[in-house]
Amino acid sequence: MKLTLKIWRQKNASDKGGFVTYPVDGVSKDMSFLEMLDVLNEQLTEKGEDPVHFDHDCREGICGMCSLYINGKPHGPLQTTTCQLHMRSFNDGETITIEPWRAKAFPVVKDLVVNRSAFDRIIQAGGYISVRTGGVPDANEIPIPKTIADLAMDAAQCIGCGACVAACKNASAMLFTSAKISQLALLPQGQVERKTRAEKMVAQMDAEGFGACTNTGACEAECPKGISITNIARMNREYFSAVVSSDNV
Amino acid sequence: MSWVTKTLSSSLGRKLIMALTGLFLILFLTGHVSGNMLLFKGDGGEAFNIYAKFMTTNPAVKLLSYLTYISVIGHVIYSIVLSQKNKSARPIGYAESKASTSSAWNSRNMGVLGTIILIFLVVHLQGFWAKMHWGEVPMVTYGEEEYKNLYLIVNEAFKQEWLVALYVISMGFLGFHLSHGFASAFQTLGLNHKKYTPAIQAIGKVYSILVPVLFAAMPLYIYFTS
Amino acid sequence: MILDSKIPAGPLAEKWTKHKFTSKLVNPANKRKYDVIVVGTGLAGASAAASLAELGYNVKAFCFQDSPRRAHSIAAQGGINAAKNYQNDGDSVYRLFYDTIKGGDYRAREANVYRLAEVSVNIIDQCVAQGVPFAREYGGLLANRSFGGAQVSRTFYARGQTGQQLLLGAYSALSRQVAAGKVKLYPRTEMMDVVVIDGQAKGIVTRNLITGAVETHAAHAVLLCTGGYGNVFFLSTNAMGSNVTAAWRAHKRGAYFANPCFTQIHPTCIPVSGDHQSKLTLMSESLRNDGRVWVPRTQEIADKLRKGQIKANDIKDEDRDYFLERKYPSFGNLVPRDVASRNAKYVCDEGRGVNETGEAVFLDFRDAIKRDGRDVIEQKYGNLFDMYKQITGEDPYQVPMMIYPAVHYTMGGLWVDYNLMTTVPGLYALGEANFSDHGANRLGASALMQGLADGYFVIPYTLGDYLASIPPKKVEENHPEFEKAKADVKARIQKLLSINGSKTVDYFHKRLGKIMWNECGMARTEEGLKKAKADIQALKKEFWSDVKILGTNEELNQSLEKAHRVADFIELGELMVDDALNRNESCGGHFREEYQTPEGEALRDDENFAYVAAWKYMGEGVQEELNKEPLVFENVKLTQRSYK
Repeated sequence: MKLTLKIWRQKNASDKGGFVTYPVDGVSKDMSFLEMLDVLNEQLTEKGEDPVHFDHDCREGICGMCSLYINGKPHGPLQTTTCQLHMRSFNDGETITIEPWRAKAFPVVKDLVVNRSAFDRIIQAGGYISVRTGGVPDANEIPIPKTIADLAMDAAQCIGCGACVAACKNASAMLFTSAKISQLALLPQGQVERKTRAEKMVAQMDAEGFGACTNTGACEAECPKGISITNIARMNREYFSAVVSSDNV
Repeated sequence: MSWVTKTLSSSLGRKLIMALTGLFLILFLTGHVSGNMLLFKGDGGEAFNIYAKFMTTNPAVKLLSYLTYISVIGHVIYSIVLSQKNKSARPIGYAESKASTSSAWNSRNMGVLGTIILIFLVVHLQGFWAKMHWGEVPMVTYGEEEYKNLYLIVNEAFKQEWLVALYVISMGFLGFHLSHGFASAFQTLGLNHKKYTPAIQAIGKVYSILVPVLFAAMPLYIYFTS
Repeated sequence: MILDSKIPAGPLAEKWTKHKFTSKLVNPANKRKYDVIVVGTGLAGASAAASLAELGYNVKAFCFQDSPRRAHSIAAQGGINAAKNYQNDGDSVYRLFYDTIKGGDYRAREANVYRLAEVSVNIIDQCVAQGVPFAREYGGLLANRSFGGAQVSRTFYARGQTGQQLLLGAYSALSRQVAAGKVKLYPRTEMMDVVVIDGQAKGIVTRNLITGAVETHAAHAVLLCTGGYGNVFFLSTNAMGSNVTAAWRAHKRGAYFANPCFTQIHPTCIPVSGDHQSKLTLMSESLRNDGRVWVPRTQEIADKLRKGQIKANDIKDEDRDYFLERKYPSFGNLVPRDVASRNAKYVCDEGRGVNETGEAVFLDFRDAIKRDGRDVIEQKYGNLFDMYKQITGEDPYQVPMMIYPAVHYTMGGLWVDYNLMTTVPGLYALGEANFSDHGANRLGASALMQGLADGYFVIPYTLGDYLASIPPKKVEENHPEFEKAKADVKARIQKLLSINGSKTVDYFHKRLGKIMWNECGMARTEEGLKKAKADIQALKKEFWSDVKILGTNEELNQSLEKAHRVADFIELGELMVDDALNRNESCGGHFREEYQTPEGEALRDDENFAYVAAWKYMGEGVQEELNKEPLVFENVKLTQRSYK
């Protein structure tokens, strides 16, 4: 396959950046999208040009590090992570546009690499159950209905890649935040801190500069793990009932 | 900041206001369309004029009407605030976007649709509501009592083709706005359940077609019958 | 040096309890005066950092990823073992201990493994309390599945993402401590060196991957929780960033490296599709329950297949060689990982491989689908089949899957004593980074168990014992050793950037991988290993004279990051070869062709090799020194495995 790549290049956070077009030849349909970029980078390095920087690590769709906006969609045409996208999803001779996630809360570090530490701070605001190591009850002392455990697991599958933010027209992080709030609100272990958690995590999400939700459903449609927007509804419920009933004035 | 203002200035609080005012306006539309159906009665406007008087004088309706004004203003102001916030959340946009593959056009353009509806609303209020309240309206007597003949005003107005066209087109936009807004408001309130959400969505779709069609039928009916 | 494993005396079952009691404690008011560095934020690192911070220590946690949540523990699929005996099927701490020791082919310490089995039950309690959504039965209690190498159901799981859920649990505990101000996080920061002062680890040198800034961090103890080194093979199931750098630099500062040649090859991975391949993807071992492994009976048929003249489904039964069923009639396709892997290699070496590269065998579900119906197979393996289709573009319901073994886990690592301390006082190694619990082969669902055991339940006790012995005085960063270590790191960076050769870093990494895979992979020979040693030495020279790294240090420079890692892999590769050469026996993941039974199975030599090989770094280009820690088995009887 022969392709034309239109890639966002930006030297660092303060650089203005712009698109650069690269032809690549000899791409096989069996390559993953990132392997195709590896090939490009090898060629660039040999020519003495700075290779394209992009985030990636596990390359099996679970670490959530890869984050490319390909041809107008986060993670490209399929509902997967970028690392699980293969070149057979593209046609010979195609021009592929590759951009970084775009959001105020995800500033570009270099080329296609963005800073997603805002997500870490949202979790730090309350995405946990305050138990210390040791001194916990036996695991089977907390029975959890299978349906509830399954729902919690559905939400817990989030890989924190940020495709929801990238897909949302408002760069909203509600799907991410709600997935964690939901997981912990569903489980009996999460009840004690339920109210404070919802209040704090939402406040942190707002402080990071993410947008609000317009319920377009784009986040759900693009989420590589299929996290449902019912979680956003649950977060709203949690938040509203928390603010009217909690002791936090 | 008190917890109330803090909540209402959070992203979720703002959405809550949008949802609540939106739902109230949906209720208002329901009442509005039901009452205005009297235009189809073919009694020369008697029932309609009696209804119009009732709506402008009954104290309970008055209270509701103030709530409606507040809802309209709240809905508009918060939509502006939210739109600006949302815009600033992505200062640099994408060079290429295939948003249409993952979300519906109207859900992404509620602001645009809302703005068009707002412009329509100004024209609409100026034409009827303002006239009814402060303008010169010919009187008509049914039985012992005198009524403002709003029916005559409506009839006169909808003899103008451009106005009829404006109304019909605007109702199209309203339909699009409602078809997302109806179910979306429930989602924002957190009312999402696998048993009830499909019903809410279905009712929303029916509502967003039925109400605008009925509204649009009124000017058309008058235009073609008078 | 005589390696003191510090295994407590007394009966096996009482060792840990007794040890906890005799360990010194740091008083609560003093804990805040001690600083601890934790490198790596996977299961071991995140759980250790969170637990130590909860105790009151000041923790600095480092990871090279953009967030601690992305550490490669996240990719573990199957589950985590624990001797809960919730199934009432005869499990016990002793049985888990026994299975693990036996699974490791008797090359692990009894005391460590017993402790691991003992605390396994606490891990499940801890994770559930944190909100890890383990699979449940309809009654609301925890579900279990069975796993290789055990006759009981003791594996707890969260769909096929157990590692992810456990890591996110540990990450949430870590995040809580970050919010409490007890842990300071340093993401996108790579450890470049350990600072040793008067024989004790007192800090590290790091490079900020965004700005390139080389910095020093002082502490009373340093914990390396940096995972395994499978990427020495270039192609493995490890993440692209997984590396040995932290452990290797520690090794060069005096920490012994134990059993480096013990690597685990997983039989069911998606094969390499071409030279562009960057990593290998694991398919769950459970597929071998229903899939039949085969290759064409002759090379001629295989040739035709590779040329595309015939299709797999056209090959008649009499022309198929179900080689595992043929050779191991009683275990068939369910032989252990190492046996299945090795046999796949043999048939491919005979020219009977089934894909273009000649390095793949079929895993065929045709008969299972015929027998049980497509629905049943779909229910059992649907997600795996989908994943396979996504990666290869082929539908395993229609055509047989192709699989090939791939490097998956490294049992070897930094030598540690019972307290998880390396040979450098104050320097600890946890999780896959150490060598301690899996011997020569790791059982499925035991890696997660070990990472969390080390971090949650071992280090909080054993670290206190060490810290209580040193004064709670701030470690000053202005000590000349810090400056020296920092200067060394800067010089190395400068050196790499100044080579300006003609070959990319990946070029060298791929070549190293080929050498390691061919000569120090699934089957090893003295001759091949000797050749490999020479090849690696030549490669090292070439790397340091011809590698091409563009850009500067003062920016995000992924080529430079990789160059550091590959340079260390090259040196480690040589040590692995040394270790494999030294170990004149076959055991677990280490198979020396000279040492096999007449049936072609691994032949252990307990008389001469029941020891841990701990290697001491002696200086640049000097042969490393072998130190032996004898393995004493007081509780289990050593036997030979057979799967006929």
